[in-house]
Amino acid sequence: MPSFVTYLIHTLFPPTVRFPDILLIDAGLVLGGLGLIGFLTKTHRWGWLWREWLTTVDHKKIAVMYLISAIVMLFRGGIDAEMLRAQLAMPSVHFMPAIQYDEVFTTHGTIMIFFMAMPFIFALFNAVVPLMIGARDVAFPRVNAMSFWLFAFGAILFNISFIIGGSPDAGWTAYPPYTGLAFNPGPGENYYFLSLLIAGMGTTMTGINFLVTTIRMRAPGMTLMKMPMFVWTTMVTSALILFAFPPLTVALAMSLFDRLFGSSFFTLTRGGMPMMYVNLFWLFGHPEVYILVLPLFGVFSEVVATYSKKALFGYPMMVVSVLAIMFLSYGTWVHHFFTMGAGPAVNAFFGLSTMLIAIPTGVKIFNWIFTMWGGRIQMTTAMLYQMAFIPTFVIGGASGVMLAVVPADYQLHNTYFLIAHFHNVIIGGTLFGLLSGMYYWWPKMFGMKLNERQGKVAFWLFFIGFWITFTPQYLLGLKGMTRRLYTYPAGLGWHELNVISTVGAWIMGAGFVALVYNVVWSLLYGERDVTGDPWDGRTLEWSLPSPVPEYNFARIPVVHERDAWWAMKQKGQTMAHALRPEDVHDIEMPKNTPIPFLLGVSFFVLGFGMTFKWWPIAIVGILGVIACLLFSGFDYDDHHHLEADVVRQTEASLGRLQG
Amino acid sequence: MRPAFFKRPYRKLIPLALVAGLMSTGCGQQYVLLHPVGPVGEQELHLMELAAIAMGIVIVVVFTLYFYAIIRFRDKPGNTAPYRPDWHTSKWLEILWWVLPAVLLTVIAIPTVQTTFALAHVPKPKGKDPVVIDVTSLTWKWLFEYPGQHVATVNQLVIPTGKPVLFELTADSPMNTFWVPALGGMEYTMPNRVLPLWLEANKPGTYIGLSGQYSGTGFAKMFFHVKAVSPAAFNAWVAATRKTASPMTMTVYDQLLKHNTTGEAIYSSYPQDTFPTVANGFTLTGSGMYMVMRDKNDISYMPMQNP
Repeated sequence: MPSFVTYLIHTLFPPTVRFPDILLIDAGLVLGGLGLIGFLTKTHRWGWLWREWLTTVDHKKIAVMYLISAIVMLFRGGIDAEMLRAQLAMPSVHFMPAIQYDEVFTTHGTIMIFFMAMPFIFALFNAVVPLMIGARDVAFPRVNAMSFWLFAFGAILFNISFIIGGSPDAGWTAYPPYTGLAFNPGPGENYYFLSLLIAGMGTTMTGINFLVTTIRMRAPGMTLMKMPMFVWTTMVTSALILFAFPPLTVALAMSLFDRLFGSSFFTLTRGGMPMMYVNLFWLFGHPEVYILVLPLFGVFSEVVATYSKKALFGYPMMVVSVLAIMFLSYGTWVHHFFTMGAGPAVNAFFGLSTMLIAIPTGVKIFNWIFTMWGGRIQMTTAMLYQMAFIPTFVIGGASGVMLAVVPADYQLHNTYFLIAHFHNVIIGGTLFGLLSGMYYWWPKMFGMKLNERQGKVAFWLFFIGFWITFTPQYLLGLKGMTRRLYTYPAGLGWHELNVISTVGAWIMGAGFVALVYNVVWSLLYGERDVTGDPWDGRTLEWSLPSPVPEYNFARIPVVHERDAWWAMKQKGQTMAHALRPEDVHDIEMPKNTPIPFLLGVSFFVLGFGMTFKWWPIAIVGILGVIACLLFSGFDYDDHHHLEADVVRQTEASLGRLQG
Repeated sequence: MRPAFFKRPYRKLIPLALVAGLMSTGCGQQYVLLHPVGPVGEQELHLMELAAIAMGIVIVVVFTLYFYAIIRFRDKPGNTAPYRPDWHTSKWLEILWWVLPAVLLTVIAIPTVQTTFALAHVPKPKGKDPVVIDVTSLTWKWLFEYPGQHVATVNQLVIPTGKPVLFELTADSPMNTFWVPALGGMEYTMPNRVLPLWLEANKPGTYIGLSGQYSGTGFAKMFFHVKAVSPAAFNAWVAATRKTASPMTMTVYDQLLKHNTTGEAIYSSYPQDTFPTVANGFTLTGSGMYMVMRDKNDISYMPMQNP
């Protein structure tokens, strides 16, 4: 064989990507890809795919694409989790070799945080925020599409690592100096840094976009204190993103420089300071956990009010507590490394600031309970997730306060107690919230309900599986088991609890299967939502038909009350009765563009080239990026008029026009 | 065997009543964090218990309200509970739940700060000179050097009981944490830095030590044993080691730097210049940044100006 081919095979397919299971997946992916291409060709869907999806700037379609990506990534991250649990079920098991276990826990964490939870949150932002505030789209629709494609190609770059070149293996936190070339010569960490940099740009742009959208695009009359709670949390989360992602970007870029260009910011030798990375990472990382949970606090606030048939309790205090959490979350990052010798004064300060943040969080819990108090609680699937969230999150928060007690943290740091704690809050808060939001807004996004019976089966599997998985992990922490061990010796009493935990993980896996079955079944046979308001909702998105027409509102509503749609219904002033033909005017809508997609492709090429230090490919990628940005910058033909007649016809066909 | 769990007084387990039900799956003594054998671990456990009690109160209050609400106010035919769709504020209730968590957290916060400061210096009880051990995490093994005794060990520690032991921690490897859960909490080992941690064993025994920070494929093998023995036995062990064990030459040290796992070993001496000379944090003599001087006979500290 020519040496070039040997080099390519050696670089792209080193022994670490030639495990039997990975080869099987390779074959599956090739077959699946060919099948997809065949299907699209046979059904003449390429044009449809391009026009309706790849080039769209419609926030509702972008939401669908985010949602699909997030569920696919939930699958990948979940498979990783099942593999980890299989390995740990018994002492001294070698289901996977150490290197593969290390890669799998790294991809599990990274995917779940950056490529599952974040896009899932953005799916909800995109799906409902413009509808809730009475807007026709987000502030910057084209930037919104760019955000999605940067996320998507970042995710693809990260996900191909395990079949091409080898996955990162330094954990989702990627602490140096282990990420340095001295310990980690393969391309894995390059994949990690580059894909997060690319996806991170998209996330930052999403933050800017929704900050501007929620501040500038609200319907007339919707003052700040009349915004739905989900809009508040979107605004605050966007602000958190805006200030939290720069430190991450800096930390990732410096680590990448250490690897690619021989700098020594964080290396073992030449005076590198690994702890500076840890500081930068958690300066991002702690706001990040609130980025992951605040939007879901918003979801829960909407869900609990709707299904309790009652106004949200203590709305002003809910706003105050969200703002308090936002400010405090920037002042707690050192609690991720009390044990790095910052000294008692620093540790005490950050221990106290961490306890302080529990107060506004506790206030929210009480307000949710008192929203149900005196209401009429409907046990829908979305509400079940909300009701599971409260006790789960309270226990997760309680274990969090224990970890904030500095001396206790010396014992509990990096043990399974910590693992149980953050899964307790991330699954109990974020995942339950995402699923609650998905069930709640699904009719608005897709025009049909998810089957409730199947949804409840999936819920109970998730909920029970969750507690069976993570309760033993608290106990394992008290037994001294530290995280990221690929195996452990017998005789320490860790065995039985690990078996229970693994069984719990299977139950959660069954929950995921039930969820997918639920979605697919409902897409095929689900009950259509013809009312547009299947839950008797309170906020403006329920004033629209399901699914929502391209332009959202034929006429922008005027808001007088906090729960605007609920108030309109109480007064009998629903829009369908009020919309007269002469109220409808021409609508200016953003125009589809291929630039965001091509920008994503260019960044992918750039990232792939840099991962393997193939500079000519990287240069092609960067030229593509520059070309896309230049073209986009001088492309003034970026919107089109929707004729009033077309809007009238659409509204009439939906039965929403008078006369 | 009758599990030791039943023999011990329940006192220590009460705060963890929430999890106690599941404890019957194993032997209580294996909950090593709940059975510390030294003053550091004991103080840390006390705070854990305090936090667990305070948080237990929160959990009880929240769960009571929560279950009452979801049972009483379900939407089912014939439910006679009052329906108040527009009730959305109550000044006193809202003040109450800003104050309640604040009070409980204050109860936790005060001893937290006290203990955090208390554990940040080595106690020096009369007649019990603390022992200093220089710890270096290597890829994937532990090197322990005894500057006062001039001996060194790999993957095993021998310490005297009843005396504080000051561990000075560094790394010639990716970061790890040095942790002996039976004795007390962990601290990071970081390259180019020296961090302090002190621990003490109350009673003789062999305790497990391990790393809490992932550092590569051999990380899971970084277990070590800590043998706590009486001071007399400790001195005897030192004397025997200096007489019978082989010295650690630079060649041996370079072997240890290789990326692999090894077994336990003891050495009668070790190269003097392998450990960093600048320490940060607390030392035997005070807190701050110090130049550490290790000569043949003793260890001494010279305060440095902070840069």
